[in-house]
Amino acid sequence: MSKGLNDQYLLRRRPSSERYVDIGFKRIAIAMASMVAIVLFGILLVVFLGSLESMGRYGLNFLISSNWNPVTDEYGAFTAIYGTLVTSILSLLIAIPLGVGTAIFITENIIPKELREIIGLMVELLAAIPSVVLGLWAIFIMEPFLRPFFTSLNTNFGWIPFLSSIPSGPGIAPSIIILVVMILPIITAISRDSLLQVPSRLREAAYGVGATRWSAIFNVILPAAISGIAGGVLLALGRAMGETMAVTMIIGNSNNFSFSLLSPGNTIAAMLANQFGEADGSQVSSLMYAAFILMILTLGVNIFAQWIVKRLSLKY
Amino acid sequence: MSNNLYYKASLNRNILDRCLTITTTIFAIIAILPLILVIGYILFKGGSQINLSLFTQLPEPPGDDLLSAGGIGNAFIGTILVTFIAAIIAIPVGVGGGIYLAEYSTGGAFSQFIRFGTNVLSGVPSIIAGVSVYGVIVSTKILFGSNFSALAGGIALSILMLPTVIKTTDEGLKLVPDDLRRGALGVGASKFVTITRITLPSAINSIATGIVLAIARAAGETAPLIFTALFSFYWAEGASTLLDPIATLSVLIYNFALEPYQSQNELAWAASFVLVVMLLAMNMIARLISRGSSFNN
Repeated sequence: MSKGLNDQYLLRRRPSSERYVDIGFKRIAIAMASMVAIVLFGILLVVFLGSLESMGRYGLNFLISSNWNPVTDEYGAFTAIYGTLVTSILSLLIAIPLGVGTAIFITENIIPKELREIIGLMVELLAAIPSVVLGLWAIFIMEPFLRPFFTSLNTNFGWIPFLSSIPSGPGIAPSIIILVVMILPIITAISRDSLLQVPSRLREAAYGVGATRWSAIFNVILPAAISGIAGGVLLALGRAMGETMAVTMIIGNSNNFSFSLLSPGNTIAAMLANQFGEADGSQVSSLMYAAFILMILTLGVNIFAQWIVKRLSLKY
Repeated sequence: MSNNLYYKASLNRNILDRCLTITTTIFAIIAILPLILVIGYILFKGGSQINLSLFTQLPEPPGDDLLSAGGIGNAFIGTILVTFIAAIIAIPVGVGGGIYLAEYSTGGAFSQFIRFGTNVLSGVPSIIAGVSVYGVIVSTKILFGSNFSALAGGIALSILMLPTVIKTTDEGLKLVPDDLRRGALGVGASKFVTITRITLPSAINSIATGIVLAIARAAGETAPLIFTALFSFYWAEGASTLLDPIATLSVLIYNFALEPYQSQNELAWAASFVLVVMLLAMNMIARLISRGSSFNN
């Protein structure tokens, strides 16, 4: 009788096999998680080791010399660095108002909810279009369409150094436009998410004290959502810097330096896509050095983005 | 001075308000304009060339035949194959890593570093992933002596998929209520059984959404493939095909868009049509899966 009761309430002993499965599973999970760190350090290490030769030869001169000449085997990446910074920063400046404006348009009560959801969906689908397809569109449709506009910019404002060359097809300006198309969905999606997270009582309180729609947006809603928006903008900057295909196809891949946005140029990513396959000897090392610079730039931007999201988060 | 509460349209602040509303409306229209234009041109220029022979023929090298550029048969299969290789590598690693972050980690330095690393890895430019896979695998011929190969391309793509899979697994598992875990452990299930039988099935919708989106992103990538998988004008045949260069839709578009021959350019448009339809379909599938999710507030 008592034995029966004991049997009834005894905890089932776990067989040792179950323990081994448990421990094994945890170890596998840890190993898989460590893969992230291994891959990340692996990438950094490969690019760093590959660029050592060129680093030793050119040092920091590599950053300020615009002489990229495979024939004489001399390399300086200033043209590509200038192109990377100019295209990403200018496209960001255009995309911020457009993206944040669109995000406000689809979160505030301006048009019916169904329409807002359709616009939101369309912006997200734009992000799904691969960059090589956008590049194809840019070469055959966008650039020929925009060229008269760029030409008139040159004839009217040619005295400005940034507009001082006659547009001849591919160039920095069309790549800025295609970058805007590519980073717009990122800024819009992240801004929309952070605008939606603003507690509705903040908005209601603003309207309650007599704020108009836009004074509520500028004084209450945007400041409350600023951490997410700033993070999204920085992620978009990182993306714009590393964007390869569409830019390679439309920027002209010229190694000759020119301040003008209307002339062909180069970015680090475009240079890699174009030359890495056929490079040998010290050109590979110089390309790796350029890749290392790009890596440091995007890493810096991404880490700064994560920091700023933490830093600017309002506690309401 | 007015002392009623009626809306006055002529007040400065109301005029400013309307101006700003109109401005954002214009901004929103500008934002969706590229999508409409791109999709429109792809439907118009690519859709008109879609027929069965497109999928049964091989692409022809530029200059061979000025009237026709052949089909995209091998590139279509190549895109599926390379993306499949990437998925088999990235899904187990990503889901495993996500399980560790959500179920095992206690917020220590290691898990914080892995989360941070995941974010950083998702920001690494895709071309850099290509360059490093080239440095490790292609140039060293470490994979059975082959240099450019479908396998190398798949590995490069898996690096891009990994952060998305980890993040969605981690976030999906965190949405599963703790009550379910305690309930399972309370009736005597081991941690392994709890995860595989209770929490993973509960979070399967959001994990699947993330995986489909990651696959869609990888299938459209070009930059990591141009010097890992390279390109090929032939069919992928036999088991050795994994170790040979392989054609993909995205690289075909890139190569043929820059050719001076019109027939090659037309083929690039046709390939874009096929690729965009595939990717938009995957995005729609992901959206449908996530709508069925049980814990998605």
